[in-house]
Amino acid sequence: MSNDNPGADANPTRPVSEARRKVEAGVARRHASERRFRLYGLFSVMFGIVFLGLLLASVVGNGYSAFRQAQVRLDIHFDRALLDPEGRAEPGLLSGADYQLLVKSALGEQFPEVTERRERRELNGLVSPMAAYELRDLLLANPSLLGTRQSLWLPADDFVDMLLKGHVGRGAGVSGRPGGAQLAWVDRLKAEGRLELHFNRAFFVSGDSREPEMAGVWGATKGSFFMLLVTLLLSFPLGVAAAIYLEEFAPRNRWTDFIEVNINNLAAVPSIVFGLLGLAVFINVLGLPRSAPVVGGLVLTLMTLPVIIIAARAAIKSVPPSVREAALGIGASPMQTVFHHVLPLALPGMLTGAIIGMARALGESAPLLMVGMVAFVADVPGTPLDPSTALPVQIYLWADSPERAFIERTSAAIMVLLAFLLVMNLAAVWLRRRFERRW
Amino acid sequence: MPLDDRSTDRPVIPTTSQRTGGGSGTVGDIHAREPVITVRDCNVHYGDTHALKQVSLDIGRNEVVSLIGPSGCGKSTFIRCLNRMNDTIESARVTGDFRLDGQDIYAKDMDVVLLRARVGMVFQKPNPFPKSIFENVAYGPRIHGLAGSRRQLDDIVYESLERAGLLAEVKDRLDEPGTGLSGGQQQRLCIARAIAVSPDVILMDEPCSALDPIATARIEDLIDELREKYAIAIVTHSMQQAARVSQRTAYFHLGNLVEVGPTEKIFTNPGHKLTEDYVTGRFG
Repeated sequence: MSNDNPGADANPTRPVSEARRKVEAGVARRHASERRFRLYGLFSVMFGIVFLGLLLASVVGNGYSAFRQAQVRLDIHFDRALLDPEGRAEPGLLSGADYQLLVKSALGEQFPEVTERRERRELNGLVSPMAAYELRDLLLANPSLLGTRQSLWLPADDFVDMLLKGHVGRGAGVSGRPGGAQLAWVDRLKAEGRLELHFNRAFFVSGDSREPEMAGVWGATKGSFFMLLVTLLLSFPLGVAAAIYLEEFAPRNRWTDFIEVNINNLAAVPSIVFGLLGLAVFINVLGLPRSAPVVGGLVLTLMTLPVIIIAARAAIKSVPPSVREAALGIGASPMQTVFHHVLPLALPGMLTGAIIGMARALGESAPLLMVGMVAFVADVPGTPLDPSTALPVQIYLWADSPERAFIERTSAAIMVLLAFLLVMNLAAVWLRRRFERRW
Repeated sequence: MPLDDRSTDRPVIPTTSQRTGGGSGTVGDIHAREPVITVRDCNVHYGDTHALKQVSLDIGRNEVVSLIGPSGCGKSTFIRCLNRMNDTIESARVTGDFRLDGQDIYAKDMDVVLLRARVGMVFQKPNPFPKSIFENVAYGPRIHGLAGSRRQLDDIVYESLERAGLLAEVKDRLDEPGTGLSGGQQQRLCIARAIAVSPDVILMDEPCSALDPIATARIEDLIDELREKYAIAIVTHSMQQAARVSQRTAYFHLGNLVEVGPTEKIFTNPGHKLTEDYVTGRFG
C-alpha cells in the first residue's frame, strides 16, 4: 500500500475489504460517467444528423423545381419567306437568319387579337429569347424542315416559369413581374394545354447563360471534371512518391525534419494563397491560358499535395514492419520491398487520403477566382485548355444573380455538386474494396 | 581462458581474447568444425547503448548453434548482424569482422540482396506475406530469378513446402492466403519461404515463442532435419529447446558472449558462474 492511503495502514488486518469498499463506492460514479459520455456522443451525432438533414432539405426543397422548366407549345412555321427571303437555300444563310421572327409570328397566330406594338412586345416576352437559337439548331440539324409547320415545345421565359411554379405572386405592376395582360395570356396558354412544366434538359446539357431558363451546369461540371483529372493525375503520383521517399528511403536528419514541418504547414495554408501563387507562376510566368481547368487543376494540385503526402505517409507507417522484414529477409531490394509489399498494403489508406484531398479540391472556389475561372463562360469546354468555370464557382455566380429563377438553379447546382462528390466517394470505396481483397 | 585451437587446416582469425590475453572473457571454444560464418570482435551500438561487446563466434555447416540468454542480452542483435538486418535500424552502428565463407559481410562491395539470399531468416512472429501460400514461397525464387519456367517454380515451391513439412497440409489450398493458416503452419510457411532461395545459413529469431507446444515440436523436428543441409543459428528463450535442437550453445549476458561450447557441456557442466546461474534457473 502506498503512503497516500492512510486508511490501509490504519486497518492492516482487512486491507482487501477496505480496498473493495472503495472500489464499490466508485463503481456507481464510474458507470454514471460512462452513461453520460455515451449520451454526449449520441447527442453530438444527433446534432450532426439534424443539421445535415436541414441542409439537404433546404437544398433539395429549393432546388428540385429547377429540374423542370415551363415550356410553351407553339406551331412554328419554318417559313421560307421569313428565313430565306432571297431564295438561296445555303446553310450559311440559314444560320444567320432571324429565327426570332418565327417565334413572333407563331405567337401572333396564337393571339391574333394582340396588335398593339407595346402589347406585342410583352407577348413575345412570354417565350425565352433563347428559343430562337433552339429553332436555329433544329433547322440546321435537319434542313428538310424548311417550309414545314411543326408543333414544338419551346422554353418559356423565366418569369412564366417562376409563375407556373408559384415562386412569384400574381401581383401586377412590380417591375420584373408579369403585367395583367401577360397573366391572362399565361392562363389562356395553360388552359389550352400549351404551357406545361417539362423535364429541364437544358440544365444538364448546356453551359452558363444570362437567361436562367437556358443556364446549365454541364459546362461547370465538365470544367470541374477536367480540373480534378489534372489534380488527380498530378497530385496522387507525386504525393505517393514523396511519401514513399520520405518514409522508406530518406535519412532522418535536419533536412527531412525541415521538409516534414513544411509539408504540414503547407496543408494548413489558406487556399486563396495557392490561387495567388498559381496566378503568379502558371499564368504570368509560364503563360498558361487564363480560366483554363488545367491551371485550376495545377493550383488544386499544390493545395492537395500536402494532404495526400500526409495521408500516404500515415498509410505507409501503418504497414507492419514485419512485412518489410520478411521481404528484406529473403533478399528483396528496398524498392522491391516497397513496391511488392508495402505499397499494396498502404494503397487503401492512400486512396482514402487522396479522396479526402480530391473532395476538398472539388469544393474549392477561392483559388479558382484567382486564376480567372470565375469568368462568365457560356461554352462547354472541350479540353482542359478551354476557358471554363467550376461547379462551386458556378454556384457562387448564380447565387449572386438577381433573377428569381437563379435561386432554384443555385440549389440545383449544389445538388449536382453533391452528386458529383457522392460518385467520387463511391468510386473510392469501390477501389478500396478492390485493393483490400488482395489481402 | 581455455581456447584450444584444434583445427590447423583453416586460417586462424585471432580473437580479441587471444590478442589481448583474454580481454572479452568468453569461456569455451568459439570455433566451429566447418565454419560458414565467422564473426570476430563484433561490437554493436544503438545510439549510446553498447548492445554487443567484442563478440566472436563461428557458425558451422550442418550444425545448429543456439543463442540463449536473458532478454536484452544481444542475441537477436547478433544474428541480425549476420544478414545485415541491422542496416535498417538507423541508429545501429556495427563494427567487427564478419565473414561468410571468407567473404567480408560488411565489405563495401557486398551486395546486401545477395547476402540475404544466402543467409535466410525466420522471425519471432510468423510474418507470411498477405498473399497466397504459393506466392509466399514463390516470391524469393521469383525475385532472385531462380526458376526459368513456371514448372521449375512449381517444383521449387513444392519442394520447399515439403521440406518445411507443410505440403501435406496445404497442397489443396495453395492459392489461399498464407495469413489464414494457424500460427505453427505460418511459421513453417516462413521457413519454407526462407529455404526456397537455397540459402547457406538460416537464422532463426525465437521461431517458436509464439507457438503452442505441438507446433513447437514440429518446428524443432524440422530444424533437426534442416541441419543436414544448412548452418543454423537459433535464438531461443527456452533452454529445453536449445538442449533439444542444438549442437552448440552460446550464452549471452548484457551484450557479452559469456560462454560457448557443446550444448551438453553448457547445460551439464557450464564453465562460467553466470551460465550456471542461468541454465539452472537461478535468474533470467
